[in-house]
Amino acid sequence: MTILTIQILNSLLYASVLFLISAGLSLIFGVMRIVNMAHGTLYAIGAFVTAWLVGRALALGVSLGWLFLLLPVGAVVVALIGFVIEPLLLRPFYRRAEEYQLLVTFGLLLILEDVVRLIWGGTPLSADTLMDALPSVRVGGLVYPGYNFVVIAVGAAAALALWLVIYRTRFGVMLRATSQDRRMAAALGINVSLVYVSAFAIGCFMAGLGGAIVVPTQAAVLGMGIDALILAFVVVVIGGLGSLQGALVGALIVSLVRTAGIQFFPELELAILYLIAAVVLLVKPTGLFGEA
Amino acid sequence: MKAEPAVSHRSALPLAGAALVILLGFALVPLFAGTYQTQLLTYGLIAAIAALGFNLLLGYTGLLSFGHSAYFGMGAYIVAFLAEDFGLHSMEGYILIGLPVTAILSALFGYICVRHTRIFFGILTLALSQVLWSLAFKFFWVTGGSDGLRIPRPTLLGGLVDFTGPGAFVRFINVYYYYVLAVFAICVVVMWVIVHSPFGKALQAIRDNEVRARFLGLRIRRFRWIAFLISGTFTGLAGILWAPLNGLATPDVLYWTFSGEIVFTALLGGFRNFTGPILGGIVFTYLKTYAVATTEYWQLLLGVVLVLLVLVLPTGIVGALTSLATRFKAREKS
Repeated sequence: MTILTIQILNSLLYASVLFLISAGLSLIFGVMRIVNMAHGTLYAIGAFVTAWLVGRALALGVSLGWLFLLLPVGAVVVALIGFVIEPLLLRPFYRRAEEYQLLVTFGLLLILEDVVRLIWGGTPLSADTLMDALPSVRVGGLVYPGYNFVVIAVGAAAALALWLVIYRTRFGVMLRATSQDRRMAAALGINVSLVYVSAFAIGCFMAGLGGAIVVPTQAAVLGMGIDALILAFVVVVIGGLGSLQGALVGALIVSLVRTAGIQFFPELELAILYLIAAVVLLVKPTGLFGEA
Repeated sequence: MKAEPAVSHRSALPLAGAALVILLGFALVPLFAGTYQTQLLTYGLIAAIAALGFNLLLGYTGLLSFGHSAYFGMGAYIVAFLAEDFGLHSMEGYILIGLPVTAILSALFGYICVRHTRIFFGILTLALSQVLWSLAFKFFWVTGGSDGLRIPRPTLLGGLVDFTGPGAFVRFINVYYYYVLAVFAICVVVMWVIVHSPFGKALQAIRDNEVRARFLGLRIRRFRWIAFLISGTFTGLAGILWAPLNGLATPDVLYWTFSGEIVFTALLGGFRNFTGPILGGIVFTYLKTYAVATTEYWQLLLGVVLVLLVLVLPTGIVGALTSLATRFKAREKS
């Protein structure tokens, strides 16, 4: 029973991070109709920036409590990168064929991966001081790190905040209008370029936040972004590209299957996830929550 | 209508002549170039075969696959399995067994993937190729995991040519170059015939206007499926040829970023032209080799090239040269 609780907690932790990545990917696709292949790398950058900042702050002797304030900084840095990328690289491509959009973000992925390597080198960066700073919690007879609850809470809070922004604010209305019909929205006086750049930056912020909160539990390593991207693809394919609820449900499904997979059939764990994605695409191409 | 064959005959003759001259040029390369350059060009020709197959989907059918690593990797792993588990060391054996296997795999994956087009097609091909990658990565007692499987040098032409004793490596590189060149030439001719056949024309009609093609009575999904099957098999053949040259099959060639390289290759040469992917394969091989040799940050370099290519030269090298040539001709006339 205790093991089961721990496993469920683990999968919630994983789902929370996956949701942050895939919600950003899905938001960007929903509004801009671009599949951002560099999204996983943006998540990795969030992790690297945060781990680096925490390491710096520790060296300077900043007290532990303040370190937690550094977590959002990684996310903000990634959002700023998004602010630069969208007008510079993506804007020329909205009128061009999808293939080119995919290729330009693939090029961006190659570039950003090496920029990470250029700045931080090949050694893993860890920020586990943050994880150790919080007391452990006893679950049943076992000890469970308290920080994991923070991650789950951040994921839940982000889901709620995103839902509020999209469905309960004026900006959300503009966002949804643009996503449904770009030209009509422009005709109604919405500044489409501004909506696009904000949507892209919010998407990047989510990915960066995912990286920032995950880095105390696992070190930032090269290649983590590319792996994360594929899992985020699986999530949005299951849930439906462009759907927020879909990203949430997809993240929960993927993390549950993955946790169960690691426990019971470790060799097939990844293969099963990709197969689930393929089956969903076959049976319901738009995903569980997607619209046509 | 009657005049048409005559026209195509007239244009086919100089074309065949030009192709023969180029082939002869390729055949002369090992006489002047060193072992290393010959080996590099062999890699280039193999990449060209892979891109040629890939481009039947992207350039002629209008489907962007992000999962062609699956067929290339399958080809490479089939060779590794045949060598490791069945003790087969004949190149012809590899091709004879490997081709049907990659064909079956592409038929299977293609059957699933052609239900979609555009972005979903890309994601579906990617997801399926990742299934193979994760299997190769996780079942390490079969596939060697991330260490991969070693592939010894095979014999060529049914055992007539084998490579043992001193100087075997240099001899292998030189002979294998001609072997690959021959297969490459056959592939180019076969692909040329395919894209200029009624079947190839139908693919292009589907690419340009799906609705109209359907009104003409074409069974669109069937055509796309067959195109996928041919495309995957060509790329699989490239994988089969690649394995003995590389001497090692690792999960890297199944990973989706390798599919990205194949896409890159086709784009570099120009996917709107028949010769584009061929040139792209060779140029990309050199580009990557020199990028890796000169800088640790070769991915950055390739990424910048890719972004610039998409921004400035969307029709690729061949496309740009063709439009330059037409402009030049137009100026001469006026």
